Amino acid sequence: MLNHLLQRLAQIVPTLFFVSILIFGLQQLLPGDPAMILAGEERDPTVIAHLHEKLHLDEPLPVRYLYWVGGVLRGDLGESVRIQKPVRELVAEKLPVTIELAALAMLIALAIGVSAGIVSAVAKGTVWDYAANVFALWGLSTPNFWLGIMLILLFSVTLGWLPASGYVSPFEDLKANLAAMIMPAFVLGNAIAAVLMRHTRSAMLQVLSTDYVRTARAKGLDERVVILKHALRNALTPVITLGALEFGTLLSGAVLTEQVFTIPGFGKLIVDAVFNRDYAVVQGVVLCTATAYIVLNLLADIAYYLVNPRLRDSA
Amino acid sequence: MLRKSCLVPLAAAIIAAVAPLCASAQTLRFGLAEDPDVLDPTLARTFVGRIVFAALCDKLFDIDEKLNIVPQLATSYEWSADHKALTIKLRQGVTFHDGEKFDAAAAKFNIERHKNMAGSNRRGELAPVASVDVVDESTIRLNLSAPFAPLLAQLADRAGMMVSPKAAQAEGDKFGAKPVCSGPFRFVERVAQDRIVLERYPNYWNKGEIHLDKIIYLPIVDSTVRLANLKSGQLDFIERVAPSDIPGLKTDARFKIARITEIGYQGITINVGKSDLAQKNPLGKDPRVREAFELALDRDGIVQVAMDGEATVGNQWVAPSNPFYAKNVPIPKRDVARAKALLAEAGVPNPSITLMTPTTSDAQKIAQVVQAMVKEAGFDVKIQSTEFSTSLDMADKGQFEAYVLAWSGRADPDGNIFSFAACKQPLDYSGICKPELDELLNRSRTTLDTAERKKIYEQIATILIAKDRPDIYLFHRHWLWAYSTKVSGFRPFPDGLVRVQGLKLN
Amino acid sequence: MTTALAGTTPIPRELSPGERALRRLARRRGAMIALGVVVFFVLLALLAAQIAPDDPLATSWSAVRKPPSAAHWFGTDEIGRDVLSRVIFGTRASLLAGVVSVSIALALGVPIGLTAGYVGGWVDGLISRMTDAMLACPFLILAIALAAFLGPSLTNAMIAIGISATPVFIRLTRAQVLHVKVEDYVEAARAVGNSHLRIALRHVLPNVVPPLIVQATLAIAAAVIAEAALSFLGLGQQPPAPSWGSMLNTAKNYIDNAPWMAVWPGLSIFLLVLSFNLLGDGLRDAFDPKST
Repeated sequence: MLNHLLQRLAQIVPTLFFVSILIFGLQQLLPGDPAMILAGEERDPTVIAHLHEKLHLDEPLPVRYLYWVGGVLRGDLGESVRIQKPVRELVAEKLPVTIELAALAMLIALAIGVSAGIVSAVAKGTVWDYAANVFALWGLSTPNFWLGIMLILLFSVTLGWLPASGYVSPFEDLKANLAAMIMPAFVLGNAIAAVLMRHTRSAMLQVLSTDYVRTARAKGLDERVVILKHALRNALTPVITLGALEFGTLLSGAVLTEQVFTIPGFGKLIVDAVFNRDYAVVQGVVLCTATAYIVLNLLADIAYYLVNPRLRDSA
Repeated sequence: MLRKSCLVPLAAAIIAAVAPLCASAQTLRFGLAEDPDVLDPTLARTFVGRIVFAALCDKLFDIDEKLNIVPQLATSYEWSADHKALTIKLRQGVTFHDGEKFDAAAAKFNIERHKNMAGSNRRGELAPVASVDVVDESTIRLNLSAPFAPLLAQLADRAGMMVSPKAAQAEGDKFGAKPVCSGPFRFVERVAQDRIVLERYPNYWNKGEIHLDKIIYLPIVDSTVRLANLKSGQLDFIERVAPSDIPGLKTDARFKIARITEIGYQGITINVGKSDLAQKNPLGKDPRVREAFELALDRDGIVQVAMDGEATVGNQWVAPSNPFYAKNVPIPKRDVARAKALLAEAGVPNPSITLMTPTTSDAQKIAQVVQAMVKEAGFDVKIQSTEFSTSLDMADKGQFEAYVLAWSGRADPDGNIFSFAACKQPLDYSGICKPELDELLNRSRTTLDTAERKKIYEQIATILIAKDRPDIYLFHRHWLWAYSTKVSGFRPFPDGLVRVQGLKLN
Repeated sequence: MTTALAGTTPIPRELSPGERALRRLARRRGAMIALGVVVFFVLLALLAAQIAPDDPLATSWSAVRKPPSAAHWFGTDEIGRDVLSRVIFGTRASLLAGVVSVSIALALGVPIGLTAGYVGGWVDGLISRMTDAMLACPFLILAIALAAFLGPSLTNAMIAIGISATPVFIRLTRAQVLHVKVEDYVEAARAVGNSHLRIALRHVLPNVVPPLIVQATLAIAAAVIAEAALSFLGLGQQPPAPSWGSMLNTAKNYIDNAPWMAVWPGLSIFLLVLSFNLLGDGLRDAFDPKST
């Protein structure tokens, strides 16, 4: 088990290396001279020349890569040319926002997905099973930016219950923060709810048919107790570890959700930076999220091993 | 058990949504269409940043609604006899947000900063300024290498903005993170892509005109969401309302609409000499084909369909209401028959053209309408959608036949034409290069007399608009603002900026 | 086909796993309905020119943003085009976006995954790390960067989505190969002296197919949405050609005054994607009833 763990840790380095090459390559290969776009409307040649020098744009690609990686290893992720702010600061500013959004989305996904999964498994084959299925699938089938706009129109413009956009720090005003985050979190969480629902359902079905559950039933225990105490606890294990793996999906979904709801998180930062050719920002942010994703994966694996005694022995 | 614990946060959320409405009465929440770039007047390059500067940083001069130069930090100016020196008298008793005094030395520092700082975007605007002299404590003199008529208009924009020398020297190129200027509001905080917060500067020289306590600028890119915010009460004021939303707002008694014609324009630039492609396509080769293209257009129709009527038709780089509009070259009426005749004469009855169109929704709509219109004259237009940044690059390299291009506009007409039509200038995407045109353009900049300048522009228009047509100007958009009836004192300006003097929240 | 030896009664052949799966699938009502919907959309796409009442590109200055009426069942859009015709023709773009992207992902992912799983060793290590790297980047970011790099168009969007979806198929194929590699019949085949390529193609690949089909069906659903997302950002099918995603992108600006512009494309995306998801679910249950 320790062996396996060390092996996984060692794999992080080459993976991150490939991530850096992938993102760097994609960014730098984007058509258009970034200096031109960043130089402003008048396209002053002096400014363009200055930017060329500052961003090492005249050097060959491998050299620029080394400049960047060198900086990263020293903790310097570069600077946003557009707003002259270090990427590190931008990350520190945006990370908590996206994490909060992701966490809330995950909670909503768990609430919807797990309950739908339980209902579906317990009432298998009935109309409730179908309904739960479709409800969870609905999340996967609607483009989330679309859902977002519809919700804004309903809850903000028509009903006036929730703010249409913006973000307030939870430390400043928790209620306003939740009011602003609940719609985007719902939109994000929807897609993941479907995946969680399916896994909960199959795990529950598996467990419900096992011997000890039958025994519990035979012992005359209340059906609800049987489900909640015995079945659910075992079924939830793979579901929870799945949460970590869905982090990537969350970030993808966050890109558009943040755009629609104007949440100043990672997603919005990245999209704007791609269109503005603000390279350093895209590269730095994706590197951070990739690292987080890889680490989360590793933690999920560890958790899975720890929780599942059978696997532990076989490893 | 589960359900009860949901009610409390839900109730809290509803209360929270209502609470802000009872907050500070004189805080204006303004919805911007983009996130501004760096808040340093020397380095800044976006239009939307100038909206924030209007409250944050005063400039030497300003413009009024009719584009006349009016005093702000400067009280008067005087040209020397040979027009190569501009003496400016500065206002007394002005302080920067950090308490430092605004005087001639500070003004000189700023002009030199605009000219010399690495990465400065103001260099080109102040190019003819050779040196700055401090005449006395409240007078400076700008010495020019050649007379330059647009100079005052430049000093009425970012090139004339004055920052505190002490703060600028202390922060260096990080000044933009915490700008210290001398405008009616001072900087409080900025969270990138979230908000910019300004609060009233108590020692502003014109504090009688300032009634707001705080302004919060909130960038919201999607116009539908921006409007939704206004309607739900989270914003008091929004800029760049989508034309299609105007009819709905007109009937809503809670909001007021304001509009004014911009100083910029929307048009189609044709590659007439930027690269080989100019000679390879009929539009670039033959001015008759370009004339036919223009005659096949119904500008009013384009404005109606693409802009929902929210634009003013035009055919020059300045709007017909502008004093420098050349009346000798009026807007032509649509004439498909004549267009077809011209094409026959040129020997290309069915020219095929690729129209490079940025992926912005305005450009896409215009392109589609134009495509349908010119088809009637025989043109076969293919729309090539290109991401905006890429399109700029391709235009710069001349890799296009025709390009749907908009320009935000400058107060002085020179800002709308020189860089676009003079040889080898950075914005001369069409590649037009004619010595007689260059001579006229140069003269239009060095002549200070307005009447004479008008005559020169008429001559330029004869060449550019009536003969060569490297750019076909279509219309001038309307700046559209919408704001709550609580706001009063708003005056629309053609440069699209929201000036805070006189703005009040009731 | 029955095997019949001379003089004996024919023994009914046992159904192959594939045929058993299809039988199970046919019994699930939800999946059959979903299949029906998918077929309906495919027909719509193929017969668009015959079915659509108007030319989807025909603009009309006088009929801008008109609500649904007898002349235009779904109303008209912002430059006077018939929304119903555009929705019908838009089926092509959305289906193409789904199917071609996933085909690209399969064409790239399966061989690479097969190689990684079968060959093992440092080849597997290299491929796995690169796959991990691609998976670590948010899918949409990858697609956006690729689409921006290639240029905004439906074709490039499909390529971008296809490439972004490849790592999932590499992983899936590899995992299946590892699973199957140690089965007896594979060992036997090797013992008999079959070449590796033959083993990979004849013995390993057929067992990999079921989960791939399931994943592919679900991936089509995700690809249709991804195309809509790219169009939302201006990177997918460009106007004037119709695609549900770009129609939604334009429609969002007119939600207040012309909601019909958004309802129909949105509904179509929802139905198509839901059907593919249900179909994929059904296939998964059909191939592996134990997981039900």
